[in-house]
Amino acid sequence: MTYQPSPLRLQREAARRRVSRQSTLVALISTVAIASVLVIVVTGAPGFKLVRQSFFSWHYAVSAFPHVLSGLWLNLRVMVIAEIFVLILGLLIALARTSHSPILYPIRLMATIYTDIFRGLPLLLVLFLVGLGVPGLQISWITNSAVVLGTTSLVLTYSAYVAEVIRAGIEAVNPAQRMAGRALGLTQSQTQRYVILPQALRKVAPPLLNDLVSLQKDSGLISVLGAIDAIRSAGIETAQSFNFTPYVVAGALFVALTIPLTRFTDWLTRKQDRARVQQGQW
Amino acid sequence: MKKKLGIAVTVAAIVGSISLGFTATASNAATPSLPTLTKGFLTIGTDDPAYTPWFDSNKPANGKGFESAVAFAVAKQLGYPASKVKWVKASFNTVIQPGKKSFDFDINEVSITPERAKAVDFSTGYYDVAQALITTTKSKIAKAKSIADLVNAKLGASVGSTSYATITGVIKPKAKPAVFDTNDIATQALINGQIDGLVLDLPTAFYVAAASLKNGLIVGQFAPKAGSDQFGLVLTKGSALTKSVSAAVDALRANGTLKALAAKWLSNTAGAPVLK
Repeated sequence: MTYQPSPLRLQREAARRRVSRQSTLVALISTVAIASVLVIVVTGAPGFKLVRQSFFSWHYAVSAFPHVLSGLWLNLRVMVIAEIFVLILGLLIALARTSHSPILYPIRLMATIYTDIFRGLPLLLVLFLVGLGVPGLQISWITNSAVVLGTTSLVLTYSAYVAEVIRAGIEAVNPAQRMAGRALGLTQSQTQRYVILPQALRKVAPPLLNDLVSLQKDSGLISVLGAIDAIRSAGIETAQSFNFTPYVVAGALFVALTIPLTRFTDWLTRKQDRARVQQGQW
Repeated sequence: MKKKLGIAVTVAAIVGSISLGFTATASNAATPSLPTLTKGFLTIGTDDPAYTPWFDSNKPANGKGFESAVAFAVAKQLGYPASKVKWVKASFNTVIQPGKKSFDFDINEVSITPERAKAVDFSTGYYDVAQALITTTKSKIAKAKSIADLVNAKLGASVGSTSYATITGVIKPKAKPAVFDTNDIATQALINGQIDGLVLDLPTAFYVAAASLKNGLIVGQFAPKAGSDQFGLVLTKGSALTKSVSAAVDALRANGTLKALAAKWLSNTAGAPVLK
């Protein structure tokens, strides 16, 4: 005798299909409705033509693009260098803060004060202090390059954030892991290196990447010290034409820069998840 | 020419109309019939801080400083006595933003260019401006005599200014110029030796070299083509006032008022050698 779904079951399945069809329809209608309201409100606004002209002018986008792009090259170099130093310094500070040995107490204290101060200070102030204050000291062997000092300020500020993220990751690893590592005969530092940190960094990869994306955008702030980055190039173009399109061009380029990083994080997380499922860790 | 370009464009948009207020010194000319923002009053915008020698003590409404004096003279010419003039703060970005402005006209060292005139209305020019290079006695360009002596200098300017165009178009040094948000930051960079020289409009250059720098000096000015760089009053594109305001500026130029005010408020700028 073949399987014969009960009338009740057929009824239930039909109801489910109906509900699913309904919700698709509702989602569709609401999307279309909201989109058309937005389009009508924005394009129907009395100043729409003016706004389109001053923020989305193809003419100014084309003429500003090479300038903004050459400014972006500075952003790129600054962000890559800063990211490397931020990750190294942030990791060191996190390790210092999570250390337990009494002999390391002064280092722990220093790390705590460091994160407190640099997470609290506005980046702009750090930029002025380091970028204009340090050269003011007139010490001959310290550079007065705006780019180097600006990048240093970024590293100082962001390593404090990143240190806290990594510390959270380290503390989220079950203490039993450390004991297990020690029980296997690994030294303290081997345990840290092969057991704790891989798990800690995996846990905090998304927030870590978040900070790096934020750093990418803030790389433009070094322009207050005189360096010409993408945003500053856009500002120079805007001042010449009184048209804001160059800023939109710079914005589009920044988005284009961050999207690969976000996708990379997603991919990384998925890959790790798959690996863990295969290892039967779930 | 303009000095400030805030870091956040959005912040600039918020800085709207905060009237500075002006204490009335009674006068009652026939109420003028111009279609101003507030009927019966003339609203004039400028940036905050408003720099010397264009304004005095960051108080545009006190009538002191060249641009403050010019603004009141234009107002009077239009039939608005000082008691009918309101001042509002307007940062560079709010001056150039599309759409309606928060002022009837803005006075803030804005250079007239045909490209800018596509986005805003300008009055006729009220001041012919030249660009000048300042430095400190310790700098390597302190003794520069010609543009050729500046080729290896690291120069700075404020964003939005024609000073930047002077560096890239006239001086053409090898090093990329440094561009700052305000003259204050640029001056600090000059004091620190982070830049060798700073390009400013000539009256500001005289003021900064004398008042803000301990051992400042003017290297020289750059020969402007006659009438090539003029400051104009900024109005909303297509403003109904543009014609009247321009006519008022023209009248003040014709009767010598502009010249007299420049002589009163701006230092004698004839002393700066012209760099070629």
